[in-house]
Amino acid sequence: MIAAIALAVGVVLGVILHPTVPVGLQPYLPIAVVAALDAVFGAIRAILDGIFDDKVFVVSFIANVLVAALIVFLGDQLGVGSQLSTAVVVVLGIRIFSNAAAIRRHLFRA
Amino acid sequence: MTDEQPRKSGLRLLLDAGRPRATRAQVIGGILCGLLGFALVTQVHSTTGLGFTTARQSDLVDILDSLSARSDQLRAQIAAEQASLAKLTGGTNQTEAALEEAQQRAATLQILAGTAAATGPGIDLQITDPQHQVAADDLLEALEELRDAGAEAIQITGAAASNTAAAAATSPGPAGAAITPTAVPGASGHVVRLVANSYFVDAPDRSGVVVDGVSLVPPYDIVAIGDPHTMSTAMGIPGGVLDTLTGKGAHGTVLTHDTVQVTALHQVTAPQYARPAPSASSAG
Repeated sequence: MIAAIALAVGVVLGVILHPTVPVGLQPYLPIAVVAALDAVFGAIRAILDGIFDDKVFVVSFIANVLVAALIVFLGDQLGVGSQLSTAVVVVLGIRIFSNAAAIRRHLFRA
Repeated sequence: MTDEQPRKSGLRLLLDAGRPRATRAQVIGGILCGLLGFALVTQVHSTTGLGFTTARQSDLVDILDSLSARSDQLRAQIAAEQASLAKLTGGTNQTEAALEEAQQRAATLQILAGTAAATGPGIDLQITDPQHQVAADDLLEALEELRDAGAEAIQITGAAASNTAAAAATSPGPAGAAITPTAVPGASGHVVRLVANSYFVDAPDRSGVVVDGVSLVPPYDIVAIGDPHTMSTAMGIPGGVLDTLTGKGAHGTVLTHDTVQVTALHQVTAPQYARPAPSASSAG
């Protein structure tokens, strides 16, 4: 519940403050957001599985974001930034889908 | 695994987990979720903005490449269109220039052929001949002298001959029966434009001359357009036109004018046999 409220507060803050993304962060923010989404979906699934651990959630959240950003950074340095970010998004998307499927199975038993 | 757990519904499980408790897990999860929402909205905002600000370098290079290729293409198209435009305009100009030149030439030829009135500097040669001694030869000589001196348009005015003289004079003439339309009955008599095929014949009764089928009697008045000084000098040379006239008891007077009018027109008939010969030298 607190998490949902915090999410809503974050959205409202973003709308109100309307921050501009720093130039150095621009390529990494979308990937980081997708990675965080993946972590959140994974956490929800873990809750439903009854194996949720707050430490695991925090670590996986931060690690996901950092690794995704690192991969994109590396790709940019190697000249394959757009391809690698696409790859990261694809992998994270697949994970999000599978997590969502597990959540759906838990919630609707189907 | 999940089947062996107590039959708790998934929704219930979620609500249980979400129940507000001041545990560290809840707080940290809340902070991270808030961060996620903030970042999400920020990213959405920046993406819905300009579009280029978030594009990476290689994408920008691609966009730039395609744009410059498109611009090259458009530039080439512009060049082609401009070339065709210049061609079309040039063609129009050429046609206009040719038309203008043709019109100028037509005006020149009209003056030379005597079908258009002319004006310009020139002289007025007045010949009084009380004894009717001036013959066609003398007038022809005066005409030749004027042409030598560069006269470009010439007309001769004479008093109208009496009807009998005119009839007698014109009947043997080659121009035909009646008085030709070239004769303009003016205030002082008939006016005849002198052109390349003008002719002078003595009137049968020696009272005057017949010019192009028009009978004229003294006094004569020859108006010529050209360099006034050259023509008046040519008239006055010793043994020239004026001397000849004086020797015959007539009297010639040359008046130079800044502007004289040659208004008489020559009627041109289309040649019956002669046709323009195609020649390359006509271009010059």
